[in-house]
Amino acid sequence: MKKRSIGLSAWLCVLACTAFVAATSCWLVHPLFAATAVAEAPVASPAADETATLKHGAELAAIGDCVVCHTAKHDAPFAGGRPLDTPFGVIYSTNITPDRQTGIGAWSLEDFTQAMRRGVSRDGHLLYPAFPYPHFTHMTDADIAAIYAYLRSRDAVQATAPANRLMFPLGFRPLIAVWNLFFLNPGVEPDGEPSVATATSPSTPTAAHEEQLLRGRYLIDGPAHCAACHTPMNLLGAEKRDEAFDGNVIEGWQAPALTTLLRAPKPWTHDQLTAYLRTGLADQHGASAGPMQPVTLSLANASDADVDAMATYLLSLQSTSAPASTDAAPQEAQAQTTSADNAHVQDGAVLFSATCASCHAAHAPMTTFGDRPSLALSTAVNAQDPRNALRLILDGIPNELGTRGPYMPAFAGTLTDAQIADLAAFLRAHFSSQPAWSLDAANVEKLRKETSEP
Amino acid sequence: MMTLIVNGVPHQLDIDPSTPLLYALRNQLGLHGAKFGCGLGQCGACTVIVGDQPVFSCLLPVAAVGTRAVRTIEGLGSADKPGRLQQAFIDRQAAQCGYCIAGMVMRAQALLERVPAPTDEQIRAHMEPNLCRCGTHMRILAAIREAGQHA
Repeated sequence: MKKRSIGLSAWLCVLACTAFVAATSCWLVHPLFAATAVAEAPVASPAADETATLKHGAELAAIGDCVVCHTAKHDAPFAGGRPLDTPFGVIYSTNITPDRQTGIGAWSLEDFTQAMRRGVSRDGHLLYPAFPYPHFTHMTDADIAAIYAYLRSRDAVQATAPANRLMFPLGFRPLIAVWNLFFLNPGVEPDGEPSVATATSPSTPTAAHEEQLLRGRYLIDGPAHCAACHTPMNLLGAEKRDEAFDGNVIEGWQAPALTTLLRAPKPWTHDQLTAYLRTGLADQHGASAGPMQPVTLSLANASDADVDAMATYLLSLQSTSAPASTDAAPQEAQAQTTSADNAHVQDGAVLFSATCASCHAAHAPMTTFGDRPSLALSTAVNAQDPRNALRLILDGIPNELGTRGPYMPAFAGTLTDAQIADLAAFLRAHFSSQPAWSLDAANVEKLRKETSEP
Repeated sequence: MMTLIVNGVPHQLDIDPSTPLLYALRNQLGLHGAKFGCGLGQCGACTVIVGDQPVFSCLLPVAAVGTRAVRTIEGLGSADKPGRLQQAFIDRQAAQCGYCIAGMVMRAQALLERVPAPTDEQIRAHMEPNLCRCGTHMRILAAIREAGQHA
């Protein structure tokens, strides 16, 4: 509540200085970039060219995961209308199918580029940064054109998104111009793709690695916009630049820090990362869940080379410093372990043996044949915050419409808050060497209310 | 000793607290409607209602039921006098081998108690955890729809 009121007063200050900025902000919407030429493609037949562009656009859209936010109903992909819960209220995603009235059917490539680079809609209104244009602005003209071509090749769906429900005064869109002044750094980044003229293998392994790093950085910071979930936000909903990839809570789930991948029970490797990103399962860490599940489902359609490059760049982000000394408090908590705590762990053990063991016991077929890691390696069970372990028990890993990848039933309707807390206490005590979590039924109750899912 | 309230009747049971509810229902109480299918929460043949929620009884230890009331398909009616939802399943001939049906009926029952006349979309989303290997899903949907219309 306090956070909200600070955010509100900050916004009111912003409102005050908007009057004059709005008057001078015309340049912000000016399509400065429109003159930039689309990179020349190598000489080929027009049809082959078009197919290649569509394929490239489809792969980029998969990396950007456009379909997840821009889809409310499974049978109407890209038609928008999905509510996005932000700290500032609910924003509904827009229709990006080629429908002329309600979608982007009437948009030119310049219109689309303006939205991707500056967050400006075709009619000139400013888009909310829930749409990650602060990342898409770094994409090359050719890549934006490829996504445009791909979206234009989808089925047109007539659908208008419901009106946003934002806290006052954020419904007043010109305020975003001020936000952009502070937080939008427009500009194309090098895409790391070998140019056509020099498309030979790099001369040395180091050069190859450098090339992959550059490509990975472009993809992660640009189309994939990983930081949008994995970087903490300031009060105005912008990423804190000095805390890049330090993790954040998003849609009720912890988006883990991407800078501590080497501190996992088994440090992440390049192979584990690519397997995780492409299949949603890393057999030394666990399965993707929550908002990350659709991301991995989508990345299955990206190219091998791009996912390789993303993994290489992610591994280059690892902090070499010792873990933060925030462990002191939990250790203290553990030192004060009481017989009541032990009783909870024992109750959790009974629950585990009937509820979880058929898949998660050491010798369960799911563990021995299914490439599922022991819970001792699980990212959620070893995390400092019990949030994801609790969310996984509550929500499971859904398998709606027969999606690929791991499935886990949801236990929100089966177990009580106190039982889920006991179960989590047992998982932590039995499978992890990390200090006990301090949690009780109230923590679970709070998490249960955070999402609209049952 | 623990007390389990099933279909309105309290039962005193002397069993290991980690025994799955399904085993207690079938082995101790002789209620054979709910079936063991996968034992992993992936098929739904064991579904019963605990409190007001449909649950996989193969994955719930009896100790975790607590004071919540358990309802099984036997509580909805009998062969002579089937309940409304059971009658709709019969009218629509929704069973082929029948193994999944008790679970299907109980999951659907939980929905109808919450949403008396559900839309097709609501029915499909709600029934998603339960599988029928014979493929009678369309008849199952029709039966639930029919029972919902008479609400």
